[in-house]
Amino acid sequence: MKKTLYDKLWDEHHIYSYDNGYSLIYINKHLIHEVTSPQAFEGLKQAGRSIWRKKSVMAVPDHNVPTTLREAGIKDPISRIQVDALNKNCKTNDLLKFDLEDIRQGIVHVVGPEQGIILPGMTVVCGDSHTSTHGALAALAFGIGTSEVEHVLATQCLLQKKSLNMNIKVNGKMPEYFYSKDLALLIISQIGTAGGTGYAIEYTGNAIRDLSMEARMTLCNMTIEAGATTGLVAVDEKTISYVENKPYSPKGENFSSAKKYWENLTSDNDALYDKIIDIDISESSPMITWGTSPEMAVGIDGKLPSLDDERFSSKRQDLLNAFSYMGLKEKQSVNSIELDKIFIGSCTNSRIEDLRIVADIVKNKKIANNIKSAIIVPGSGLVKEKAENEGLDKIFTKSGFEWRSPGCSMCLGMNDDKLNEYERCASTSNRNFEGRQGRLGRTHLVSPATAAAAAIHGHFVDVRDM
Amino acid sequence: MKKFKEIKSIAAYIDRKNIDTDAIIPKQYLKAVTREGFGEALFDDWRYLEPGNLGDNHALRKKNPEFFLHDPKNEGAQILIAGDNFGCGSSREHAVWALMDYGFNVVISSSFADIFYNNCFKNGLLPIVLNDSNMDKLISNVNKKNNIYMISLENQLIKCDDLEIKFKIDNRRKEVLIKGIDDISETLKLSDKIKEYENIKAVKTPWMFNG
Repeated sequence: MKKTLYDKLWDEHHIYSYDNGYSLIYINKHLIHEVTSPQAFEGLKQAGRSIWRKKSVMAVPDHNVPTTLREAGIKDPISRIQVDALNKNCKTNDLLKFDLEDIRQGIVHVVGPEQGIILPGMTVVCGDSHTSTHGALAALAFGIGTSEVEHVLATQCLLQKKSLNMNIKVNGKMPEYFYSKDLALLIISQIGTAGGTGYAIEYTGNAIRDLSMEARMTLCNMTIEAGATTGLVAVDEKTISYVENKPYSPKGENFSSAKKYWENLTSDNDALYDKIIDIDISESSPMITWGTSPEMAVGIDGKLPSLDDERFSSKRQDLLNAFSYMGLKEKQSVNSIELDKIFIGSCTNSRIEDLRIVADIVKNKKIANNIKSAIIVPGSGLVKEKAENEGLDKIFTKSGFEWRSPGCSMCLGMNDDKLNEYERCASTSNRNFEGRQGRLGRTHLVSPATAAAAAIHGHFVDVRDM
Repeated sequence: MKKFKEIKSIAAYIDRKNIDTDAIIPKQYLKAVTREGFGEALFDDWRYLEPGNLGDNHALRKKNPEFFLHDPKNEGAQILIAGDNFGCGSSREHAVWALMDYGFNVVISSSFADIFYNNCFKNGLLPIVLNDSNMDKLISNVNKKNNIYMISLENQLIKCDDLEIKFKIDNRRKEVLIKGIDDISETLKLSDKIKEYENIKAVKTPWMFNG
């Protein structure tokens, strides 16, 4: 029987089949942050249960942490209680945690791969939907709720029904200034935010092979915005060299034997998928979302949809809601949209390659006068250090950007970094939902390159024309 | 976990697709470390005309009179009917806690996002998936005089006068809700199998146990 990559990962972690279609699946790695874990630890304590395998856990505070004046600690008392709870739970249970003061601290989905804690072939969960990120390393990774966080802590397993297999084949050469973020938005605009519901998506095709590991992480990260909890890329030489020599990756002989195992983490030729989608990107433009759902996206040279367009006849009300919330009109050109704030960061786009792309565009340029704030929030302390060693921070601050400390920041606005009412932001994050970055705030999702170009011009602009 | 067998209640309908979990419960409330008290902040940005925060006295906040939860006919509704792809986005289980804390015990939609759907069954909230034609029947009934429904999980039936709609649900999920099964206890019954698996894999693929 030919197997897809997803089938292989599933079979390898399958412990038991119930007669009702459910399976017990073993979980190798459990990532934890401060927001979705306190109730799980509390539940565990109340039930008198202990943690099944402490070494499976990696914890890091990220959602709720300040990105300025880090030395002063967390000012907001409510946020501090939550981070303190994480500290206490990890200390009591002797769990690996990267503290706020630790250079390894950062966004959980940046830190895990960076440390070699996430490796190909693992099953990975976290109480966070963007756990799909780790599928870029051919790990079976998906987000779970707090009750399942508790379940994994207590049993190292999850009850799961197997998903269907979807293959998104991406062919053609990536056009200049078209990045994996643009690809993700293009896919979501085509299949919709529920297009992947019930599926594990594997990305294949020569365009995917051409992507760097970090670019693959961006793509897999956004898979949840297409409704699929899991996005996968098969192992190739890039995967192997990425994980080599990371702090927690195997060394010496262990690495060689792991490498042999990893090299088999590809879909068999002629493996069967339940659904196949073909995309050719050779003529694609950088993407931008104009609405309040990630599927509401067009090319930067495009226009907002027309209410008379028959393709949107069943979605007319959604369009009206989105136009109204976003303060935009039908058929408007997207590159005329003026901005108030720029956010470069999040588990989608805060890695060193993202920052280098931004630096290339903004070098020796100043951000436009109408931009009230432009912040760059690196994904981890180590990304920050690397960027500083390369002198990127100087380029950013000289251009007028603020250079911050790592965390989720304005992606979801749990800390002080948020949009005020009606402020409009070019954001490299993953969700443009109403209120996501702040009540009544208006979010446009774009790549780091498009966000950087918008910062310089004060409005959206086709980065290819710069 | 709370059990679910059957309820009799009016149904409140929100005519909106892709309701994400950020809309169901905004981020500022996720700073709580308990599972209780989210009901007053359910649909916070839509429900109130001014911003709110964790710990606020929500009764003092200016309400949006046009919001469906403030329509007197929806008062006391335990059934929520919503558009396609309900619960998309963030994995926050706080969304389920908020719906239940408000008083909803059933959510009916033409589809749910995977993580949200899964979270429902950990808390005793029944998500019912109906096809488009049954959704239409139900929605057209909502404005009728009798908007009270008997929903039986045992019989997988929604009933209101002559309107009878059967719904599908897989047997395991149904059993979990009816009996209020604690999944963790169930899984721990297989502890020996889990240990056996670990012993084999720790030799074969030791790097999977790093950390």
